[in-house]
Amino acid sequence: MPKSILVLLKVLVWCACLWAFVNLVWGAATNNLGPDPTATITFSTGLATLRLLTISLAITPVRRLIPKLNWLIRFRRLLGLFAFFYATLHMLTWVALYAGFDVNAMSVDILKRRYITVGMAAWLLLLPLAATSTNWAIRKMGGKCWNRLHKLVYLAAVCGVIHYWWQVKPGVLTPLTITLVLGVLLLARPVLAWSQRRRVRTVPA
Amino acid sequence: MLIRKPSDIPSSAITPKEQYLNRRRFLRNVASGAVAVGAAALGADRLTQVFSPKVAAFAGTKLQTVQSPLTTTGEQLTSYEDVTHYNNFYEFGVQKSDPAQNAGGLPTRPWTVHVEGHVKKAKTFDIDALLKLRPLEERVYRHRCVEAWSMVIPWVGYSLSEFINQCEPLSGAKYVQFLSYYNSGVQRWASQTTIDWPYSEGLRMDEAMNPLTLLTFGLYGEVLPNQNGAPIRIVVPWKYGFKSAKSIVRVRFVDRQPSTTWNEMASNEYGFYSNVNPNVDHPRWSQKVERRIGLPFWQQRRATLMFNGYGDQVASLYTGMDLRKDF
Repeated sequence: MPKSILVLLKVLVWCACLWAFVNLVWGAATNNLGPDPTATITFSTGLATLRLLTISLAITPVRRLIPKLNWLIRFRRLLGLFAFFYATLHMLTWVALYAGFDVNAMSVDILKRRYITVGMAAWLLLLPLAATSTNWAIRKMGGKCWNRLHKLVYLAAVCGVIHYWWQVKPGVLTPLTITLVLGVLLLARPVLAWSQRRRVRTVPA
Repeated sequence: MLIRKPSDIPSSAITPKEQYLNRRRFLRNVASGAVAVGAAALGADRLTQVFSPKVAAFAGTKLQTVQSPLTTTGEQLTSYEDVTHYNNFYEFGVQKSDPAQNAGGLPTRPWTVHVEGHVKKAKTFDIDALLKLRPLEERVYRHRCVEAWSMVIPWVGYSLSEFINQCEPLSGAKYVQFLSYYNSGVQRWASQTTIDWPYSEGLRMDEAMNPLTLLTFGLYGEVLPNQNGAPIRIVVPWKYGFKSAKSIVRVRFVDRQPSTTWNEMASNEYGFYSNVNPNVDHPRWSQKVERRIGLPFWQQRRATLMFNGYGDQVASLYTGMDLRKDF
């Protein structure tokens, strides 16, 4: 892929990733975050996190299916870091606007409320992934070790979706779409690995 | 006659709420220049109906109200825009903005309320008769949602007790159940949930008879917009919002605690009583604080009051009860 196209694509992906954030900042500046600004910020950052995580998890299966799109790998770190960025904003919204920086209220929340427990777990799982996202860290850790650590992203995504289900009222099905998409992406891995193994076996070298 | 059954109107033919509101505002402005204001408002409503026959013709019509000693003072009202565009009315969709968009098809006329159960005689009341039963009062109430947000709303109505007296309940009537309108064609969004419709709510008889419990027909001096539970709903200001059933078609006097929608869905989260109580947390979040709707995010948080601040009027209903158990 020519470098100029890659740069252009990167700029576009940056814009897309920042879209939700810019919207929130603009909304806050113009007092236009809807009737319940706190809820708007919470929902928008949470949804952005889950969407970006899901998109980043789509890259590997897509590359396996269509080897031509191998270059997509160049966008995975960017997407993952933006997911962490929104997850952090989401968590800070809770700290500031829900718990009002009250440490006591926060610890009660984490211990007692399972959707907060699992949400906090998801953020903590993303933290080491973001921290080891630099080239330097990859070199230092070695590819194998780094890869193993970054498998945590599956667990974080699953925690994130459970967090969403536990937060909505019983009987409300809004988290269904993202759950199905994530389910397909997670299942795609063993399925693709299996079919690849079969191909290797049936095609003589 | 231009009145048609709602099912005959394809949703594409229903004028979007924003549009007809704008048109009405326009007509009102134009007309008020020439004619007396009162007649103009009336004429504008009629005109819009002729231009775009629609089932939601009556939302927004002015109502005559009298002052009430039971009104809440010292609170800043939540804007009309927020009161009417931030709603939980799951039959019209689960997002807060859905009901304002989707409730246009609710056929609010003709409308009857059927009364049955432990009453002298089962009766059917017409909405227009109910509107004239008692003088309509304007009552400002705090409104606290179980989701920990709150508003301050100027409702229009009269005490539910006035209506209950007309129903002539028998001594066996210990509870009163309210059933909401349900039609899967008009409210196709209801299937976004696994709730068993129609929506059902209930009160103990003494709660229903408390003068604060309001049989509600309007807000901000106008007929209820459909998304706020037109044409008739109840408002129980010391309980979480979901206790205040909307678009009521059936009132049933019963001898035991009726089955109510959210209590059926998750009895550990939504008690039958569901009095606003900062000391009893929802299993999934604290009820100690609430977010006031319409304020900037750094000003939204405020402490939740016991019985939503109506303890003087209603605390005595619960003497001797363990409100942690009967939450």
